[in-house]
Amino acid sequence: MAANFAALRSKVELALAGRVAAPFNYRDRQEVVTVSSGIPEIDLLTGGLPRGALTEIFGPSCSGRTSLLLSALSARTAQEEACALIDGGDAFDPHSAEAAGVELRKLLWVRCRNVEQTLRATDLLLQGGGFGLIAVDLSDIAPRLVRHVPLDSWFRFRRAVEDTPTVLVLLEQESNAKSCASLGLRLEAGAAGWSRMPVESAAGPGRAAGGAVNYSRLPWGWLLEGRSARGEVSRSRVQKGNAGYFRGGFAAAPGTASAGIFRTRMDWDFFSLPIAAKRK
Amino acid sequence: MAFAAIHVANFMVQAVLRAAVELREKAVALLDGTAPQIHVVAANDAAWRAGIQLGMAETQAQLCGVEIRRRSRAQEKAAHAALLDLGWSMSPRVEDHAQDTILADLAGLNSLFGAEENIAREFARRAAELRLQAHVAVSANLEVAVHAARGFAGITVIPEGEEARYLSGLPVQTLAPSVEALETLERWGIRTCAALGALPVLELSERLGQEGVRLQELARGAHTRSLVLAEPAEILEEEMELDDAVEDLEPLSFVLGRLLDQLCARLAARALSAAAIRVRFDLGDAFEKEEEVLNEKFSAKRSSGKTEIRAAGVNAADGSGQSGTSAAKATTHKDSRVTTQAQDFCVSVNCKDAEKTYEKVLNLPMPMRDSKMLLKLLRLQLQADPPAGGIVKIRLGADPARPRSTQHGLFVPNSPDPEKLELTVARLAKLVGNANIGSPELTDTHRPGEFRMNKFFAQPNETRARGRAGKKSAAGSDGGAAAVRRPATGCRIFRPRLAARVELREGRPVKIFFRGLYGRVITASGPWKISGDWWREDAWQQEEWDLEIQFDGGDASGSASRSTSGSAGLHVNAQANVQAIASVPDAKVQMRAGLYCVYYDAACRSWFVRGMYD
Repeated sequence: MAANFAALRSKVELALAGRVAAPFNYRDRQEVVTVSSGIPEIDLLTGGLPRGALTEIFGPSCSGRTSLLLSALSARTAQEEACALIDGGDAFDPHSAEAAGVELRKLLWVRCRNVEQTLRATDLLLQGGGFGLIAVDLSDIAPRLVRHVPLDSWFRFRRAVEDTPTVLVLLEQESNAKSCASLGLRLEAGAAGWSRMPVESAAGPGRAAGGAVNYSRLPWGWLLEGRSARGEVSRSRVQKGNAGYFRGGFAAAPGTASAGIFRTRMDWDFFSLPIAAKRK
Repeated sequence: MAFAAIHVANFMVQAVLRAAVELREKAVALLDGTAPQIHVVAANDAAWRAGIQLGMAETQAQLCGVEIRRRSRAQEKAAHAALLDLGWSMSPRVEDHAQDTILADLAGLNSLFGAEENIAREFARRAAELRLQAHVAVSANLEVAVHAARGFAGITVIPEGEEARYLSGLPVQTLAPSVEALETLERWGIRTCAALGALPVLELSERLGQEGVRLQELARGAHTRSLVLAEPAEILEEEMELDDAVEDLEPLSFVLGRLLDQLCARLAARALSAAAIRVRFDLGDAFEKEEEVLNEKFSAKRSSGKTEIRAAGVNAADGSGQSGTSAAKATTHKDSRVTTQAQDFCVSVNCKDAEKTYEKVLNLPMPMRDSKMLLKLLRLQLQADPPAGGIVKIRLGADPARPRSTQHGLFVPNSPDPEKLELTVARLAKLVGNANIGSPELTDTHRPGEFRMNKFFAQPNETRARGRAGKKSAAGSDGGAAAVRRPATGCRIFRPRLAARVELREGRPVKIFFRGLYGRVITASGPWKISGDWWREDAWQQEEWDLEIQFDGGDASGSASRSTSGSAGLHVNAQANVQAIASVPDAKVQMRAGLYCVYYDAACRSWFVRGMYD
């Protein structure tokens, strides 16, 4: 019996040689090391973005996916880590990225034209290794096309990023990676924040008393300040108690909150700055 | 003080065999000359045994059943350069004595390699790495070392004071006398150095002049002179002439691989790496055929080229933004290629030989000398921009640089291996195009959406990283600085820009139609007037609006309105018409409500959607 078992075992190992290393060795689930997403509310909700795993961020357009991605890129590049963005829809805006604090010189931007290119580019970058964060942006690709991506692609990505210090982030409109993702985060759009110019200050010094214009009713009396977004964990394989590994200073373990709400800002002053001041 | 002479016997054959390893075990004869006087000029031992003789005609040589090759001066030049590199790999003081012989000063090498015999063995070993079989002789006298290397196979170490004894058995021809002097000596029956050395000096001088005296000094090992130092070349080059023109990349890769192996071995010999690889191909007949085709095509394209530019100009003006600009650039590039090709043709009519070349420079982010890696990069470059015709001669050059140091600080984060990254980026560039990969950099302008793509380097800034790590450990946070401020709102750009139809009421947008979607403007902020570059032809003037748009859809059969308010004051106001949106075939994204940046372009008097805030 024992001899048969050994023979069978060696046969299986032989068949899987070159594809699976040591298929019968028990691999204890390693504790996941997480890094900050750059948004405290999201970190509190998820425990941070896991290294060596696939994180799926999905939601409709204008739900804050790009803001979250830019925050994560900003946090990683601030740590001098090289990052890569595989832009499936060529929608990345370097100006808003710089405003978000992303160090563009540390970012490799791959502008793709379709899903096939995006997946191939992801494969190549994962094989190359050494990146702190690789983001695959499929947000602008029609969901029906992303749905047709074979499941083994996501499995391949998961396997490729495993045991590496890379954070692999996938941005989509709806969840496709399913169980391949260690962390799934659903985002929903919140209300936009508008600042209204006060009537008192809007009335200039030369205006007649009582003749102040109500600027709040005019379009130039409003300024977009930012918006809010709501994040909800749809899937998490990040073990509870990993908060200790995450050095973001959050006391709560992931999973204690059901949803997190974060607000974004518009840095209008930054956009009006000359280029030298922006780089400072 | 001792000197080593390194001599490559049968140099012409070895130079050819250096690049053709498969011929090493075979009988090889080299031919030279112009038809009809092509004859054998060199052969290896196996070929001599097969009956090959010097001066034999090509047809006669073929009957002997040996491999016939043409003498290659380019390969001889490369082999000579490799021989010099061998000298510099051991000693900084090297003399370029002859094409097949060099001299190296061994002063100070004993402490590194031990006895002189060990040094000689090291020379021979390194020569073998460069695919050259060298005879090495060490002596305190320069000329004695040279004659011993030419006269004795393998390694010869001549102790000081025994030079004459060692040289005594060598034939007089080793001393390279003139033809007249050699004939005279043969008439006298003087055939060895010992016999020449025994002749009386005065009488020899009377009969053969100063040459006789010099020959006798050489034969006795008494001739002295100083080392004439050679200067190392700034660019290392390898050349190969091909018998037949190569047009496919696969066979070319084999040749390139061999040349790169040789180049990297030479770089390694001098403890250097390559900062750039320069490729130069001489193109053969196929180039001329290609040229004719190009000429025909050019005359056809010349008329259509204007149309292409005009189309690109309209595209950019239509508001395709970055992509529009890229399209224009691409078209211009295409057109410039056509122009260049046409110029090539025009020049080739006047100076045809000068234009039959293809040149490419592979700039490396880090100095490297891994021949396999370099071959992969070169292949990717050639696939992206193949030469227009068969290749008859290959010249590979390397710009030498100091090898990179790989040790980083403890606090420097992990980054991609530069060599691996270069290969990955090259593969990605092949996949998406060179213009679509890199590191973005903002340009010094307020024109919306302007940036340029730079080459991506992943070298961590050690000083900054250390500083940040120090701060990090002090604060005990990972990216804590980024987490303090509220995150910035991300913006997604539509490339090319989307044309929109906007309905205004009292100067304010109230309804908008784009991408087949119809939306009501809930909140509008603007107009924010921006303009610039008025002194240029492509001056721009725009009125920008930030709009919160609720998409309704024209054929709304029913809409669900939902409003929830959370503890943080969140308002999800999603009045959606999923049916209407799903029925739009071109709707790339599922849109309900959103924040968009819309602008009115005063130049083309149209509305466009720049992007959305996500």
